[in-house]
Amino acid sequence: MRKVSVADLDAAAAKNGTPEAGGWIRVGCDTGGIAAGAGRVYQVLKEEVEKAGLSVRVLRVGALGFSFADPLVEIQVEGMPRILYGQVTEEVARRIVPEHVLGKKLLDGHVVATRQRGQTFNGKTTHVLVKDTSSRTVEKEDLVCSSFVEKLRGAGLDGGVQVVRALDMGIYDRGVVLQALPSAVTYTHVLTQDLTRIKQRTLVDGQVIEDLLWKEKDPQVRIVLRNCGVIDPESLEDCLCHRGYQALKKVLFESTPEKVIDELKTSGLRGRGGAGFPTWLKWKLTRENQADQRYVICNADEGDPGAFMDRSVLESDPHAVLEGIIIAGYAMGASKGYFYIRAEYPLAIERVQKAIDEAREAGLLGNHILGSDFSFEAKVRLGAGAFVCGEETALIASIEGKRGSPSPRPPYPSVRGLWGKPTAINNVETLANVSAILDRGGAWYAQYGTEKSKGTKVFAVTGKVKNAQLVEVPMGVSLREIVFEICGGVLNDRDIKAVQTGGPSGGVIPEDHLDTPVSYESLQELGSIMGSGGMLVMDQNDCMVDVAKFYLKFCVDESCGKCAPCRIGGYQMLQLLDKISRGRGGDEDVFQMRRICQGMQKASLCALGQTAPNPVLSTLRYFEPEYRAYIEGGPSYARKMTKMLAGNSEVVEGGVTL
Amino acid sequence: MTTGTDVRENVHQHVEAWKGEEGNLIMILHAIQNQYGYVPREVAMVLSELLGVKLARIYEVITFYHYFKLHPPGKHNVSVCLGTACYLKGAAALLTEVKNRLGVEEGQTTADRKYHLDVVRCIGCCGMSPAMVVDGKTHGKVKTSDLGGILDVGEEKESL
Repeated sequence: MRKVSVADLDAAAAKNGTPEAGGWIRVGCDTGGIAAGAGRVYQVLKEEVEKAGLSVRVLRVGALGFSFADPLVEIQVEGMPRILYGQVTEEVARRIVPEHVLGKKLLDGHVVATRQRGQTFNGKTTHVLVKDTSSRTVEKEDLVCSSFVEKLRGAGLDGGVQVVRALDMGIYDRGVVLQALPSAVTYTHVLTQDLTRIKQRTLVDGQVIEDLLWKEKDPQVRIVLRNCGVIDPESLEDCLCHRGYQALKKVLFESTPEKVIDELKTSGLRGRGGAGFPTWLKWKLTRENQADQRYVICNADEGDPGAFMDRSVLESDPHAVLEGIIIAGYAMGASKGYFYIRAEYPLAIERVQKAIDEAREAGLLGNHILGSDFSFEAKVRLGAGAFVCGEETALIASIEGKRGSPSPRPPYPSVRGLWGKPTAINNVETLANVSAILDRGGAWYAQYGTEKSKGTKVFAVTGKVKNAQLVEVPMGVSLREIVFEICGGVLNDRDIKAVQTGGPSGGVIPEDHLDTPVSYESLQELGSIMGSGGMLVMDQNDCMVDVAKFYLKFCVDESCGKCAPCRIGGYQMLQLLDKISRGRGGDEDVFQMRRICQGMQKASLCALGQTAPNPVLSTLRYFEPEYRAYIEGGPSYARKMTKMLAGNSEVVEGGVTL
Repeated sequence: MTTGTDVRENVHQHVEAWKGEEGNLIMILHAIQNQYGYVPREVAMVLSELLGVKLARIYEVITFYHYFKLHPPGKHNVSVCLGTACYLKGAAALLTEVKNRLGVEEGQTTADRKYHLDVVRCIGCCGMSPAMVVDGKTHGKVKTSDLGGILDVGEEKESL
């Protein structure tokens, strides 16, 4: 690709997306999608389109976010509404061109409905999606839904409107839900007796039935994920057509470093890696330290087990993060940046390197970016399987070729960081926000969120949840809304026990606190932390003592061993917890654990040791009876629990209730 | 086993490729592990010489990071994910079953050198938990009953 000019950037952005004359088919090819078979699906679709001689563009995009429905395929072709299909196996993929593209018929049972619900009709309804969203077992659901579909079809709508079952509506526990396309007007709690008036007023007359209309807006606001699942992450061209590098252009030619930092201050952006330190302040402090060289590092060492937000962003929109790091360099006077990516993310590494190479070729990276006075170079450096290297000073040591052991702070990296120079380390999500903020303004960003926690946060909701997925919501949305309204609630309709946030540094939040609005402060008050965004849903079959042990074992495995409180405290606490979980512990052991927790929190060298006690303390705070049960129940109780926990996989497999 | 000169040449190539690049030690070690499957002692010794870094320092690094292996791996690499999402969905039971079938503990290679078993903490496929990776191919929503098929893939490849 030749060097890009400011005029080129503007021309591309004016295209407002990539209008494909013949339509497009996007296949979700992030690690999750590929693991589910999306690579093969992409090949099949390309073959089929070619075979049929169509000018439809088939492209690989990143994560569309609906991990529960991988492989995902989104289609926009003439004569059909824009549709997202889930669980697209190779066989299903083969049907798409003949049935959907050519036959103009939706595939039954695969549509993931749009979350943008229409409130009026803009044209005749061509398709209707149906799903029974009541909490009931799978068999019954099929029966009720089928009869609805048959009734609608039987009501003389053939030839005019096609009725199919949807895979997912994004609305849960609201009875039978109908969505009319292309306007996406959605009705809930539809009963058999409503069908006649729906047929007449809505399908024939094109009128909305107020008492059935779903008026709730989709709570998600995709800022970080704005281009994920939309663009081809390996095409700079695609990225530019979606406002790529517009922020950088504005920053370089219409702003100053101080103004950029001010804009960030207005936005209220806080570090999304978990600590929530104000980003503008970190940059200001780094800038204030005089040096002949400063560095910016993108922390892509997403080590929290159960979190895949950063991986998704890097695989789906690497340029957004690259743009963010270049802007960071400009704002604080750093001319070199590093992406520190964990080795377990090969696709992310590949795509980031490709983005760097493309950007360099286009003159968006390197000397005199876009012809300005600013030069910035970015490189990729790999991690090697050490969770502790997500900690700032350990990360720096790792790049320097040493053991990833943290160092005492002060001095903070902003004063003395990589190779002794002032360094700012920012999380992937933080940087992806930066490019959006400098494009649309700090005030725009600050309209989202709460007073002290501005903007949005990406969460990876997994565990015992019906629909595991990536969710991006403004701060202030409640945990209950995220788990139940967006992600469908608990798997197999079990009772929820707790939601765990913050990974091994976080805590559990029990059912009665689920209405808490998500923010840095509120989660801390509850004994957890925001963390990087991993959100685990736990049901009644999950044992809190076991969960605490799982996280503590992780911290002990990952402890670098440098400081005694973590090295010795963590290990000793694990021994006690293990003793308790085998039914051989007593009250004095719990007491001792609390003392060790205090010691680790106060005296550990870094946040790994300081926060390792959190899962233990949090589970003790809300679920002490579970510990008591082990203490009083003894070894026989422990044996029973072990058996039950081992059966967890069978529970999920066969839908067997214990 | 590669000869002494081969080792020297290979390491030299890697060092040359990364010469002048600051923060290159871990990158070079990755390149070496990609080539040999682990970091052989002879290679570490030559690396120490060519980089001018004490052997003890090289070993400080390779023993610290979980990713680097000090022993030759098996023909087929089996990694079971024990991230939180996978754990909640029964990965521990899955791991026990894999251990039983292969007859090794995590971090070990089977006696016939066919399989090497590792535990990994989150590969980011939490939507398809429990997940495991065999020879770079990710399998999701794995049930214990699937294991026969998943582990035998390695066998079939061999006989072909």
